[in-house]
Amino acid sequence: MTVIAAPHASYRPLSRFGDIVRSEFCKLRSVRSTFWTLLAAVVFNIATAALLAIFLPGQLSASEKTAIDSTRVSLGGLHLSQIAIGLLGVLVITSEYSTGMIRATLAAVPQRRLMLTAKTLVFAATAVAAGIAACFAAYLVFQAFLPSSDSMRTSLSDPGVLRAVTGAGLYLAVLGLFGLGLGAVIRSSAGAIAALFGVLFVPSLLMTLLPQSWQNTAGPYLPMEAGTTIFTVHHQAHTLQPWTGFGVFCLYAAAALAAGFALISHRDA
Amino acid sequence: MIEATGLSKRYGATLAVDGLSFTVPPGQVTGFLGPNGAGKSTTMRLILGLDAPTSGSVTVNGHPYARYRRPLFEVGALLEAKTFHGGRSAYNHLLCLALSNGISRARVGTVLDLVGLTSVARKRAGSFSLGMAQRLGLAAALLGDPPVLILDEPVNGLDPEGVLWIRTLLKSLAAEGRTVFLSSHLMSEMSMTADRLIIIGRGRLIAQTTVKDFLNAGSGGFVRVRSPQASALAKLLATRGAAVARQAEDTLSITGATGEAIGELARVNGFTLAELSTHQMSLEERYMELTRDSADYRAAGDALAQGPEVRQP
Repeated sequence: MTVIAAPHASYRPLSRFGDIVRSEFCKLRSVRSTFWTLLAAVVFNIATAALLAIFLPGQLSASEKTAIDSTRVSLGGLHLSQIAIGLLGVLVITSEYSTGMIRATLAAVPQRRLMLTAKTLVFAATAVAAGIAACFAAYLVFQAFLPSSDSMRTSLSDPGVLRAVTGAGLYLAVLGLFGLGLGAVIRSSAGAIAALFGVLFVPSLLMTLLPQSWQNTAGPYLPMEAGTTIFTVHHQAHTLQPWTGFGVFCLYAAAALAAGFALISHRDA
Repeated sequence: MIEATGLSKRYGATLAVDGLSFTVPPGQVTGFLGPNGAGKSTTMRLILGLDAPTSGSVTVNGHPYARYRRPLFEVGALLEAKTFHGGRSAYNHLLCLALSNGISRARVGTVLDLVGLTSVARKRAGSFSLGMAQRLGLAAALLGDPPVLILDEPVNGLDPEGVLWIRTLLKSLAAEGRTVFLSSHLMSEMSMTADRLIIIGRGRLIAQTTVKDFLNAGSGGFVRVRSPQASALAKLLATRGAAVARQAEDTLSITGATGEAIGELARVNGFTLAELSTHQMSLEERYMELTRDSADYRAAGDALAQGPEVRQP
């Protein structure tokens, strides 16, 4: 029995990182959960937009239609698609731990932060592409299903609309990255999923128990409140400006990722 | 070459590895033996940098594992627990690992062939039997054609055919001049494959030796005698300087006297012998004797402890 020698790759630092990125992309594309969660995100977005475009016009009065933020309405599927993307972000890292793959991964790439950087980049690129595609699909489907003369119709060239639709895609991607960061810290799928959606949904609920003045000052900085400003066209009182809010949302994700990066080198795999 | 110096690992209150120093020389099969829970798997994780030692250090070919940029070319490892995503196909699992070290797709096909998984390469690895999972782990270890192989309990869960296959493969890999470091809790397995032995118990080094020396050092055979007059015979043998242990009402085990001498003594003194047999202490018994005090979990009245008792009259 002979073992054919593999040609030793010559050492180049950049190609080394490129190899790790290729490896992480291979991992992402070769499990079914990636396909299903991304498909779910797109389907949720499109289906919700279509349903809203078909049933909403008949339910609203003319004045309600002009008051409503119809771009944000067209992105109503985000309520569901954000769960799919968040789930994928968490699983990208926690599945390594739950399956034991992490030991093979770190034996192949002992430079743990390099591995996590590559994983984060690959997921970010995928989630941005999928998120933006899903949101544009939702917006276009919504417009296509609206009656031709409906006052809820908007155009991508209207003020704030292009930003909202693109931003909604970015919001999905950053939410997924938030999940990835929490996953890297918590390392258990169930724990990280609970933490992600707990942090997103629970503070907003608790905030309603606090005095109004507190709600007005602290409320806009909660993850969900801050994040959703990016796909809001009609600015509301006591919310941050779109890009400021999105920046705050990014900070939450960045904090989780930073904790993940800090911990990964110091823990036993 | 793997060198561990004062390697220790503590998990909470448990000292899993306790001041372990050993050398795994190149070009040989070194067996890493110890009862379950002795710290073998922990030591292997320490070698691979998966866990950080509490104190001490370990190097592979002179460098800490984590220093290698493309470690699959240096060390191939098969760990005891599953190390793949069950939803990924065997081919994709190996491809993902290969890409990370700049190893070609062609090599993935080669190692799949080598371990006999080519026909199921596109199936989800989660559907694999334990034996197929071991083969997949071995394929991953061989991806970079490394000069050093670290294998944790490679025959675990394999059917006899699989065991034979692993033995043959390991021997051929060692014959190519590779360093092979494999763990087992079974001495019998080691005697088939290993040149050298590192034996640990409760995280501590018990012996570091060659299989040959290990056997010679433990060559204290014994003679078993069954006789209706066992008590009287025992007394007589004791006066002649032999060490006698009572195994049963009518059964003695004797060291310090040859079978011929005992037979002759019995004939001269008119004892009836129902059995007179000489026994060589096996590798297994010698191993049991060494690790008896360090096994974490033992059944009460351990039948295997019988052999060593002979030596302590």
